[in-house]
This record gives sequence, structure tokens and C-alpha cells, in this order.
Amino acid sequence: MKLDTAKILQKKKKQILELWMKTQLVDFSLREDLMSNDELSGQSEELVDALLQTLNTASLDDAQADAFEPVRDVLDGISLSRAKQGYSPRETGMFVFSLKDALLGVLQQELKNEPVQLYEESMKISRLIDNFGIATFETFIKGREEVILRQTDEITEISTPVIRVWDGILAMPIIGTLDSSRTQVVMENLLQQIVDTSSTIAILDISGVPAVDSLVAQHLIKTVSATRLMGAECIISGIRPEIAQTVVHLGIDLSGIITKSSLASALKHAYGLLQLEVRKSIANKS
Amino acid sequence: MIVLSSDKIPISKELDMVVFRNRLKELAVKIGMGLVNQTKLITAASELSRNMLRYANGGTVLMEIIKGPTQNGLRITFSDKGPGIADITQAMRDGFSTGKSLGLGLPGAKRLVSDFEIKSTVGKGTTIIITKWKNG
Amino acid sequence: MDKIPILKIGHFLMVAIQVDLYDRLALNLEADLIQAVSKYNAKGVLIDISSVSIVDSFMGRILGNIANMSKILDAETVIVGMQPAVAITLIELGLPLKGIQSALNVEKGMELLQQKLPAEAPLEDDDSTF
Repeated sequence: MKLDTAKILQKKKKQILELWMKTQLVDFSLREDLMSNDELSGQSEELVDALLQTLNTASLDDAQADAFEPVRDVLDGISLSRAKQGYSPRETGMFVFSLKDALLGVLQQELKNEPVQLYEESMKISRLIDNFGIATFETFIKGREEVILRQTDEITEISTPVIRVWDGILAMPIIGTLDSSRTQVVMENLLQQIVDTSSTIAILDISGVPAVDSLVAQHLIKTVSATRLMGAECIISGIRPEIAQTVVHLGIDLSGIITKSSLASALKHAYGLLQLEVRKSIANKS
Repeated sequence: MIVLSSDKIPISKELDMVVFRNRLKELAVKIGMGLVNQTKLITAASELSRNMLRYANGGTVLMEIIKGPTQNGLRITFSDKGPGIADITQAMRDGFSTGKSLGLGLPGAKRLVSDFEIKSTVGKGTTIIITKWKNG
Repeated sequence: MDKIPILKIGHFLMVAIQVDLYDRLALNLEADLIQAVSKYNAKGVLIDISSVSIVDSFMGRILGNIANMSKILDAETVIVGMQPAVAITLIELGLPLKGIQSALNVEKGMELLQQKLPAEAPLEDDDSTF
């Protein structure tokens, strides 16, 4: 009986494919903007091929069987690429589920005189495709998560650049909220750069930090203390008036820290510490 | 929580602490813990094992690699049969010490790890369990 | 028993801690170093901890002790080369090592000590000026 179904389906491959493509093409969720019809039919054929091929060895009874691994591989590839191309989960899911209609349609025609067998085989195929559908979702989500993780890494990296503004002076503009995990990244980056460049002064510019509450202030104080512990000085710059207001209202003590309103004045202070002087050159031609 | 590996060693003399710290470092590297978190964990473990030596004449440490919901971590259980701690709240306060130390041991160690649990019975001993996640 | 070598460089003493200290070794270092400060009438002590990966509260206390004891004997102490991870951990632990001076590396530490050196104490066997 098993052989029958597999054989029937293999024989009718062309018909299945046609039926499937037809269902997909009339579906409103067809994304011609993301994939051409040729590509779509290529993808569909690949999947049908893989499925019919494995039906030689795999039993329809066990949808989880290892024998279906090649099909799952093809599905993984398709749903990963779709996740990255920007397909919605629904569109990706529909792609797999619509195959069920095609398979069942063909089976119905071929087994119309064997209702019992038709019912049994339909259930099996249905279960198999459902299983594939779920696997597709899982891979799809995994693909999206990868994208998110990569972006998170990128954001963390981009958002904490350390700039060498002068020999011995580093500046680190912080953009965005400072939470404890971010502070750790900021601290690690800054301290490592201090060691690498043997800079004695670090300027932490917080113009891009939207708000400073007591927790953020505590993180800033920790960063300054750690810098000093290593033998360098840390200046906090970019303090907006409203931040100064909140700091005082919250009763946060920043007295042990050198604070400046702008990066320019922090830099000036740093020059002072390093006994450097910036002067306008006078063109003396007399 | 699934325990992936476990290892138990006694702490009865100062040099055991060195062995323990090295062993812990190996495990932390094995699960891919970053340098700062490694340092925090080993420092906390160093504080707690010294406490065990100083106040309870030694004890044992159990090191386990555990699988959490999102990431792996290290869980370390310090058990001793020492005098126990009468007032845990007081012992967890910064700057409190019965011995001749800075009194940063317990509260400091707690700040360095992701999770800190302490149980103590006077006359029976103290058990402290700390957990540090790979990225936290 | 292991011992950490103490080097004498001009008016200063220098110690490079290359191993992870266990408590007894740290206590010995404290005693030896103070002896040496007194014996050589040293004006500065430089402790290089760039190879030290763990500084806990005990080790922190020893460093503090050395600085305070040297101060009484009229010598400045500078800790150099602290690793970033160690600095972050010490801050989290609540041990900012107040009263101890630090520098990024041996070179900068030496500079710091030179600056503190009283003008009336030039090196006998060295006539170059600083």
C-alpha cells in the first residue's frame, strides 16, 4: 500500500507541480516583488523532487523519520533564504502548506475508487506536510533571530567607538541608553584602548545619552573609578543642562568626577593636564 | 536546570585555593566565558573559599557546568561544617566583618555573580551557591 | 617556599608579580618589601601587576598595607599595569583601592615616582639630570 502511494505520486510529479504552482500563483500572498515566477517554480520543483525521491525509502507512517532529512534540508534552505529576503512567516508557511492541496488533489483522482485507502493516505500526507510546515517555521524564526543577533552585535559595536583625539587622549561618545550590560561593554572597550594606546586621559561624552538617572550615574561613576584604578583620568563631557538638573534633584554625588559641558572644554581640560597648549599661529612676516 | 559536568574538590589549605582557582578558570574558558566575567567569577570564588578556610577551617567546593534557558553557566557550591553565620543580613552588609578583613567578602562576591544563595545553621555549617552565566 | 624578587633601581624598588599570589606569598611579599624599603632607604616602590589576573579583597588589602607602610617610611607606592578586567572587578567588588597611586605601565609609573622625588636626592653615581 505504501509503495502504491509513493508510486502514484512519483508518476504524477508533473501534475502535482502544475497543481501546486497554480495554487501558489492565484494566492494573494504571492510576492512577485521578492521572487520571480521562474525562481518560484524552480524552488517548488526542487522541493517536490526531494520529497518524491525520499518517498522511495521513507515510510509515510513516520513523519519524523531521518529518511526525510534531505527534504528538511531543502526546506531549511528555502525558509532561511526567505527569512533573509523579507518574506512573512505566513507567506513562507503558505508555500509549504499549499503543497498539501496539490498532493491530496492528485491522490484523490487516482484513488477515487478506494475510499479507505484514500482516507488513510491523506491523513499521512497531511501529517507529513504539517510536520514540514512546523520545521519551516522553526528555521524561519531561527533565520530571523540570526539577523537580529547580528544587528545587536553591530549596534553594540558601532555605538561604542573609541577615538584617539590626541596622543594620550581618548574620547568615547556614548549614544543611547546606558544599562548595565552596555556599561560593561563601554568599560571594557575604553579600558582596553587605554592600555593599548597607553593614553592617560579618557573623555566619556554623554551628549547622546537621553537621560541620566541614579543607575546611569552609578555606571558612569564606576567607569571613572575603574579608569583611575588603572592609572588614567576620566572626564565626563556633554552634560546637558537638564541632565545637570536631574542629577542634582536625584541627589547624585558627582563631585569626585571631572565633568564638562562640552567635548571641547573636556579636551581643553585634558590639554591642561598634559601641560599642552593650543595657540593660534601668528604669521610674522616683518 | 541540566548539569553538564561536575567536579568536587576539598579546600583544606591555602594552596587548594590556587588549584581551585585554576580549575575554575579552565571551566570558564571551556564554556566560552569572556575575560571580565571570568575574572569576576574567580574573584568571588576566591573570596568565598578564603572565608571557608578562615572561619570554618575548610570545606568542599562543587563546580558544575549548567545549561540555563538561554546560555550555559557555572554553578559553584561552597559547603563547610564550620560555626555557621548567626545573622546573615548583617554578614551581607558592606563593611561588616567579625574577622580581620575588609568585610567585603560576602556582599562583594554577591555583586560579582549572577546569582547568590546562602544557607547557614549555627553550629552546623554554611552553604553558599553562586551562579555565573556565560554572558552575565 | 616561593619568593618574589625585589629589584632595586636607583632610589626605587621594583617588584613584578608574575604568579597568581596565594595568601602566604602575598604576606611574605609585604614583609620583605617593607624590610627592603627600610634597608635601602627607598623613596619609591613600583609594583607591576600586569601578569596578575585576580585581585581579591585580601590581595587588595596587602597592596593597601604596602602603600601605607611605605608612606610611613617616606616612600611612595605606585601600582602599574593593572588589567582592565581586574579594574572592573575591583570596582564591582567595592574596592577602589583608595590612597594607592596607579599608572598604566612601568614607564609611566617611574615618571610618577621621579616627579615625587624630592629635589635634594639625586643619584650619587649618576650626574645626568632628570
